[in-house]
Amino acid sequence: MSDTKFMQTKRSFLKTGLASVALTTPFVNRAWAQTVELTMLGWYGTAEPDMVAEFEEANNVKFVPKYYAGGDNMLAALAQNPPGTFDIIHTDAEYAKLLVANDLVLELDPNDYAFDDLLHDDFKSFAGHWDDSGKLYSLITRFGHLGVSYNKEVLTAEEAATYDIYWDERLTGKVGHFDWHLPSLGQMSLLMGNANPFDIDEAAWKAVQEKTLSLKSQVGGYFDFGGTFAGLKNGEMLAMVGIGDWVTGILERDGAPVSSVVPKEGGIQWTESYSIAKTSEKTDLALKYLAYTMSPEGQVKTAQMLGYPGHCVTKAGRALLNEVDGAEAQRSGQVDGDPRDPITLINEGRISYRDIPVQQSLEDWNDFWSEYKNA
Amino acid sequence: MRSRLNLYALTFRLPIIVWQALFFIGPLIFVVAMSFFVVKNYRMVETFELESWAKMVSRDYVWSAYRYTLLMAGSAAALATLLAFPAAWFLAFRCSARTRQLVILFLIIPFFTSYLVRTFSWYTILAEAGVLNGAFGLFGLGPYKMLNTAFGTLTGYLTLVLPLVLILQTVTMANIDDRLIQAARNLGCSPARTIRTVILPAGKTGFVIAALFAFILSFGDFVAPFYLGGSNPPTMPILIIDTTKAGQQWPRAAVVAVMMMLTLFVIAFSAIMYAYRKRASR
Repeated sequence: MSDTKFMQTKRSFLKTGLASVALTTPFVNRAWAQTVELTMLGWYGTAEPDMVAEFEEANNVKFVPKYYAGGDNMLAALAQNPPGTFDIIHTDAEYAKLLVANDLVLELDPNDYAFDDLLHDDFKSFAGHWDDSGKLYSLITRFGHLGVSYNKEVLTAEEAATYDIYWDERLTGKVGHFDWHLPSLGQMSLLMGNANPFDIDEAAWKAVQEKTLSLKSQVGGYFDFGGTFAGLKNGEMLAMVGIGDWVTGILERDGAPVSSVVPKEGGIQWTESYSIAKTSEKTDLALKYLAYTMSPEGQVKTAQMLGYPGHCVTKAGRALLNEVDGAEAQRSGQVDGDPRDPITLINEGRISYRDIPVQQSLEDWNDFWSEYKNA
Repeated sequence: MRSRLNLYALTFRLPIIVWQALFFIGPLIFVVAMSFFVVKNYRMVETFELESWAKMVSRDYVWSAYRYTLLMAGSAAALATLLAFPAAWFLAFRCSARTRQLVILFLIIPFFTSYLVRTFSWYTILAEAGVLNGAFGLFGLGPYKMLNTAFGTLTGYLTLVLPLVLILQTVTMANIDDRLIQAARNLGCSPARTIRTVILPAGKTGFVIAALFAFILSFGDFVAPFYLGGSNPPTMPILIIDTTKAGQQWPRAAVVAVMMMLTLFVIAFSAIMYAYRKRASR
């Protein structure tokens, strides 16, 4: 009796197995047809469908994202994973020089990209993207400006147009920090009148620390990505240090009464670039993606990115953005002649490019940041 | 007399020994060893150097975070113990066994949901435009700042530990011999004196263990001080995250972790010694 039972079970098992194979075969075939994977190490959102789906479909490729927050984590991911893990590296420009210094990225051919089409001359030879012998290693792809981010129901744009507003008594306990030392301390450095906020001597660095510590009583918290959005959206924080339109732009799209302004002391530019890992075995495909990001269509996607918006770096990209999404172009000031035009702000000398500390070590700035949080 | 190896007993004892060795003692040794490594070019180098220890113990902000974490975890344990006690007393002595079982089931249900989700739900309740301040507003009060404060952190800690403390206290009191309480009342003890002289001594072990769990869970919690306390100021678990983010200093983070573990060892050992200490007979 038990034998019969066993036979039945075995038979039904085989039937089920064959049926499963038959039913899933079409999907297996599709999966096999899409086995080319490109692994991207990048900030959150860079390999999401809104950014890469079109390229994936056109090139029969699948992006595998590995997200990080902060350049240190990016370098650590590269150091701690076996060679060949990543194909494309999306990085903050100030860390691109460290990729080159550590011989981690592939040399690119400048002739493959329309450098003449870049919106600003500085972008053509952006610091750290080229080595001393003139070889190109990183490709600038998008940028944005950091300034004072504020709640429009409490402050006017004119009031927010200075970093001094952080000390306003209306904001006591309501000033938030994006929890990363570089942008926050960079803004304090600008407030102290340092033309190059990241290249300061010891006296200036001491003054920056003292000024920052004086803000402590105003501070309501230190937030990560999600906390920064939530704090501004629910009105817990009325001003935020160290961010800009990349956060408030998303909230504005959702109808929150927040905005960002580049204050009179100047703003800081975040710049993002793409490189190709030296150990990648799919360099052709990776190069194709880099070319795509620099195409007008790719540039529009970087401006509209759902993760966080940025500005186009090419003239053709900006022109297409104005054509297909005039509202976003207007909102972000990416319109020729607009006084908020980010390129105009650079030309007026109101923007400093974010950098790693030149005269101090990153560790010094990190240490002070920890002390400040515990003050 | 030579003791024989009892294979039958070993069959049941060995798995837990192996488990502890693999997943507790092994990682513990590794964390201690890691605190002596150094980081070069964002990569850990296995060596034996006191650099990370020297760096961390000489920083005021580390000790400041340490004191704050102790204070907050201690407060959470004390608050949870005090808040849970009346409810546990009611469940243990005033409810039928069936009601008690049902309530304990309800107390377990919050653990079905992620602690992170429960923490985020406090956003809508504690925010200045949130539910609580809305209710206060009806009486012309507030708005009060509750998020990104020590109050927010404590609320998060209690979300984590209060159900657990309540369950442990209820089980503890439900197991106290009811005749002892009746005898105390028959001999003229007031309810307060009965609690002080009968219930607390009889349930000492359970109460201490419950408070200890509350302390341990709060001391190591990252979520509440980060999301409800706004990292202002940071606790030791936040310091671990900060340290790893800053130049991938895992050895320095390991130093903080070892400091936390040593603290918990001392506190847990002292609490257990106290919980199981017999009263000196007169």
